[in-house]
Amino acid sequence: MLFHQLKFLLRFNARQNWLSSIIWALAIVGVTVVVAGAFVSLFGSEQERDTMAQTLENPAMVAMVGPVYGIDNYTTGAMMANQMLLFTAIVLGIMSILMITKLTRKQEEEGKFELIRSMPVGRLSSLSSALIVVALVNLIIGLITSIGLILINVESIDVEGSIMYGAVLAVTGLMFTGITAVITQLTETSRGAIGLSIAVLLLAYFVRAIGDVSSEALSLLSPLGLILRTEVYVENIWWPIIVSVVIALVFTVLAFYLHNRRDLGAGLLPSKPGKKEASKLLLSPLGLILRLQRTQIISWLVAMLFFGASYGSVLGDLESFFADNEMFQQLLGDNSEYTMTEQFMMMLMVILSIFATIPMVISFLRVRGEEKKERNDHLLTTGISRYKLLSYYLGVSVVIGAVSLFIALYGLWAAGAAVMDDPIPLENILKAGMSYVPAMLIVLALANLLFAFLPKWTSLVWAYLVFSFFTVYLGGMIDIPEWLANISSFNHIPQIPVEAFTWTPLVVLLVIGLVALIASQFGYRNRDEIG
Amino acid sequence: MNMIEVKGVTKKFGKFTALNGIDLEVKKGEVYGFIGPNGAGKSTTIRVLLGIIQATSGTAKIFGMDAWKDAVEIHRKVVYVPGDVHLWENLTGGEIIDTFLKLRGGINKTKRDALIERFQLDPRKKAGTYSKGNRQKVALIAAFASEADLFILDEPTSGLDPLMENIFQQCVEEVKYEGKSVLLSSHILSEVEKLCDRVGIIRQGEMIETGTLDELRHLTRTNIVIETEKSAATLSEQSGIHQFTEEDGVYSFQVDPENLSSVMLKVGELGVKRIESTPPTLEDLFMRHYETDSVAEKG
Repeated sequence: MLFHQLKFLLRFNARQNWLSSIIWALAIVGVTVVVAGAFVSLFGSEQERDTMAQTLENPAMVAMVGPVYGIDNYTTGAMMANQMLLFTAIVLGIMSILMITKLTRKQEEEGKFELIRSMPVGRLSSLSSALIVVALVNLIIGLITSIGLILINVESIDVEGSIMYGAVLAVTGLMFTGITAVITQLTETSRGAIGLSIAVLLLAYFVRAIGDVSSEALSLLSPLGLILRTEVYVENIWWPIIVSVVIALVFTVLAFYLHNRRDLGAGLLPSKPGKKEASKLLLSPLGLILRLQRTQIISWLVAMLFFGASYGSVLGDLESFFADNEMFQQLLGDNSEYTMTEQFMMMLMVILSIFATIPMVISFLRVRGEEKKERNDHLLTTGISRYKLLSYYLGVSVVIGAVSLFIALYGLWAAGAAVMDDPIPLENILKAGMSYVPAMLIVLALANLLFAFLPKWTSLVWAYLVFSFFTVYLGGMIDIPEWLANISSFNHIPQIPVEAFTWTPLVVLLVIGLVALIASQFGYRNRDEIG
Repeated sequence: MNMIEVKGVTKKFGKFTALNGIDLEVKKGEVYGFIGPNGAGKSTTIRVLLGIIQATSGTAKIFGMDAWKDAVEIHRKVVYVPGDVHLWENLTGGEIIDTFLKLRGGINKTKRDALIERFQLDPRKKAGTYSKGNRQKVALIAAFASEADLFILDEPTSGLDPLMENIFQQCVEEVKYEGKSVLLSSHILSEVEKLCDRVGIIRQGEMIETGTLDELRHLTRTNIVIETEKSAATLSEQSGIHQFTEEDGVYSFQVDPENLSSVMLKVGELGVKRIESTPPTLEDLFMRHYETDSVAEKG
């Protein structure tokens, strides 16, 4: 009777999960199909694709996206599998990790499992219903992706390859479903389970990265290395899929075995006792705010370095690549005075600064999150003024934004210097990049204003950032009216080296930002805390 | 000087009036019980007092200072324990207690460790794994281990077991003995009855009763149980008698205070074999308010 009432729980879990499943599915399938379509139009000629293939053969790129297959006949399909498959598979992995933890550990933590377990249901029913639901979501996403790719109707994106493409996505999801199911038996909290599972995913990624560059055997040890050996759209090799299914099954069985052996609420890993007393660092409001964001800050800084370096690693091959690609030429605009690389750099600066704004805003928005959970009350009722509280969050986020941008620029320079014959001096890169800090501050100031005057709408700031990104990214291709583009603060920064550097716009942005920040202090001081 | 002085405080959220002309006073060295059902406005009143939200009109003062404007100054000497304690999941209980203590001034390790021992908290566990009761313990330990003149406690024992509740009551008595003041909002009427010098009852955003327990008792009926030689059935027709019941010759009923002496005369005529009288509990008092209100609403 271990599986009693499984059917009922399945419906129950599916109901809890349907909305997020649809969002994940739409995002994954949508991006895949749109990118495949874009590749067809961006890299129409064989010559363009060959240049791209050469760029991707660079070891830095192989470490990042996996090995290039089918180099002698680099079709659109081969390109699609080369550039998109690994990352899409990782997204399914992350989705499975989050869903399994949400449906198992999280429920257990909140005592919902206990409630269900007290009813006449089998001991393994809860776990199996969660596994089945997540497995189905993975399979369905794989299936729709395959159908979507077939429907694009491109010669090199053939039926067998497309089915395989979807299958690779699905089995990656299944493997991480199984792995996470095991990990949720080990840890005591859902946070712990997510952390450990993501760590396994990252480890798999890095083992594959090293393996793809140096040793095939090492790559095969990683689930993510294994799935790339399918050579989708080139050779369509099926055995890695079968091995992946077996791996997923082994982990699933192991999860059931462990689940049956442990007590409800317990984890098999001994949870190590935490600190009995707070360290000195924690004993101030600022220390507390920093400590609460520690993991997040470190992850973002690593991500920014990685991000900058990944752009830097392609700088070496750019000239030849751009020379052949009309689409990119159009994207960058025509300016014969400057090299393509210089113009590309200019666009990179904007993109990197917009990305560096993300951790800055996330860090600041925590103040709203804490307010919603009524945890600001703890600080505000111990003699800390609202003025100070807001200033701490503001200060922390400004520093995070500036450091993120700096690290991304440093990564760009370091990787660029390694692959370019004539590297760009670090000083030039920093000068061009750091001049975007005032534009970033405007975004932060907007977040502040919303927080102070329309706290329930604070997250609207993301809309502004996304808007800024599109005006910059697509501005070259679509004709966006000047007044509309000017709403984005990033549009006002002098674009070195193509434009001359001038202080005026920077100072104007800084002054606007400062006024907004002062107004926000006033607004926050005079409003209620809204939980 | 009054530690807390609230006069005519009204708080509106949009069109909804959460508080309507609240008056409340807590004197120095006093434990004040603040009772009322869920949604009556207890927490809203407390949040106004703490300067977390601003009163729409009226004045709220702590230590003679304005609760909104001088919040920071006031909070140096105030400790607050919410009913639903939200903590940072990835910090341990011990870390949070230290952080709170340090924010309020300083860490008295002897006092802290003694309280951790008394409340039997494992301070090494992450707050994410604590139950509701344990989260409340964290907040209570941090509260009672700090030096404050005024304790504002908003249903602080709703997740505690009876043993821990007992410890909590001891702690309140100790701080009272030290001459500190406490505003205790609570559902647990026996707790309020035991600890509080004065009581205020709030209903739908209005204070409907305030005073010492004795004063409040004058307003309510006494419970009487008698066994008589003659039948006492006629008593049921007497004015001022309520909820008259009989079982095996034992009669129990409630008497309005103004009819007490006339009823006693009647009872004397019946030949009393046994008589018990109990003062109304806070619960009777509380329930009576709500019974009459629901009757009034129906009528």
